[in-house]
Amino acid sequence: MNLRIIKAGVLDTVQDMGRYGWQHLGINPGGAMDKLSAKVANILAGNDGCEAVIELHFPASSFFFEQPALIALSGADFSATVNGDEVPMLHPIMVSKYSILQFHKIVSGARAYLAINGGLDIPGWLNSYSTHLKAGAGGYKGRPLQNDDEISLKIHNDLCKVLGKKEFIILPWKADTAWDHNGTEDLYLLAGNEFNRLSDESKELFIRQSYTITAQSDRMGYQIKGEPLFTDPNEEVVSSGVNFGTIQLLPGGQLTVLMADHQTTGGYPRLAHVISAHHYKLAQRKPGDTIRFRFVTMSTAEELLIKQHQHLLQLNNACTFRLQQFMNEHS
Amino acid sequence: MELIPESYHISPLGDSAILVDFGNKIEENINKEVLARTSQLKESLPDVKEVVSAYSSLAIYYDVVKWKKNLPKESVVFDRLKETIEQLLSQPLRVEAQEARQMKIPVCYEPEFAPDIHDLASANNITSEEVVSLHLSKTYRVYMLGFLPGFCYLGQVDEKIGMPRKTQPHPVAPGSVGIAGKQTGIYPLPSPGGWRIIGRTPLKLFDSCADQPALLRAGDNVQFFAITRNDFNDIQNSPILPEGT
Repeated sequence: MNLRIIKAGVLDTVQDMGRYGWQHLGINPGGAMDKLSAKVANILAGNDGCEAVIELHFPASSFFFEQPALIALSGADFSATVNGDEVPMLHPIMVSKYSILQFHKIVSGARAYLAINGGLDIPGWLNSYSTHLKAGAGGYKGRPLQNDDEISLKIHNDLCKVLGKKEFIILPWKADTAWDHNGTEDLYLLAGNEFNRLSDESKELFIRQSYTITAQSDRMGYQIKGEPLFTDPNEEVVSSGVNFGTIQLLPGGQLTVLMADHQTTGGYPRLAHVISAHHYKLAQRKPGDTIRFRFVTMSTAEELLIKQHQHLLQLNNACTFRLQQFMNEHS
Repeated sequence: MELIPESYHISPLGDSAILVDFGNKIEENINKEVLARTSQLKESLPDVKEVVSAYSSLAIYYDVVKWKKNLPKESVVFDRLKETIEQLLSQPLRVEAQEARQMKIPVCYEPEFAPDIHDLASANNITSEEVVSLHLSKTYRVYMLGFLPGFCYLGQVDEKIGMPRKTQPHPVAPGSVGIAGKQTGIYPLPSPGGWRIIGRTPLKLFDSCADQPALLRAGDNVQFFAITRNDFNDIQNSPILPEGT
């Protein structure tokens, strides 16, 4: 009784919150690009937020459920259908045995997350289910999903009583997305170690201009295009630590923003770091989108991260309660 | 061995990691201090995801939410963590005089595995044979791992075989031994890369199925030895790792 891939997408991988503790061997943490959305999908599906999910890029895979399942979709909106009928994002959905989940077009965002109640029954690698594409390990066989892959699910829900003859049920509660709207689309930054190497003119330009995400953007990093920036003087950086969200200055003056599959160390000047609370916004931008930056204080960065954490706690409490209530009423 | 705290600089690496920089230099003594301090901080700091050493700096990845829970509402986790690190770094560190592991790595320098040896030789006005003997003439320290799983940065090569990396990356086969600047290193996996390739080892530097997936670790000493094409074939599929220690 499995989840079967009937048509593979362009880059769909199993991800979780990443693997920490191995960067000293050059193994980067990886994990979901948009960890907030991955957690939201899990919580809606009745899982622990950190459970393994499937990260989807468009065109995304089509899935065939060989057993009934409680699922949820979050992150990018790829216009999902179950057996041809549209289903919403951010709701728990019960699907019956032999359902087909498909994705049709990009409505918004860059990466969607599919969580399934109970999680995926796959072996972990170095304490994580995340797919490490370079090492060819972790996730589902260390690679993106392909046609006819079969992923075992951890639990076999007996949802037949609830579903009856229905093909799917959209449960009547939804994760709130308005909690983080503060009227700005700017990505917040903290200054990086080598920011002060920029010439005064470049420092000013760095914040003033907007950048376009180029096609050279993937799970490792985004190349972003703007007027070139220059350092003064041009001193080498001995390879040293970097982080998700680190903005590096490349030779030639263009910038790259490190994403989930970034290398563990880098030798380019670190101009700034996108704050953790805004990683999810960055992860949902795609080539062609423009982005603008704004510096904030460490205190603001931490506050926003705590706020996000509290939002998830509240969501978790509410969803657990609603799901229990629903199951009690229907069984 | 008694380590005296070198001068260091602490700065944020975003809001979830902190960088302790001991001097933006490639020096054995600094790297030793970095490794010792990495172990100290790993053992002493609570709610840390990992502490990762590089050439002359270390990065501490921490859990902001857990740290925040134990602090008064207005205080900033970074400030508190920085104070804690400064306090730990002010303690003189007595490091067990631990012997570095001596690792012997076989390398075949024959032309089919050494696409860049001619360029490197002529750039330095020496012969390919001299490149090989100079590469074999030293024991190298593993300063750090990074770039790819299991990729180790070894230093430093004789300046007569130094050469900057290529401006454009080229596809590199796993096991390839390269030179970039005064560093030498081994590609554990197939990858685009800019290092000048002068040979190839048949050993598996990275094996995701092994308990210790990387063959080398920071602080090891590495001695290369030359092997023939036949030796290369014989060793390539052998599961036995060198006993070097």
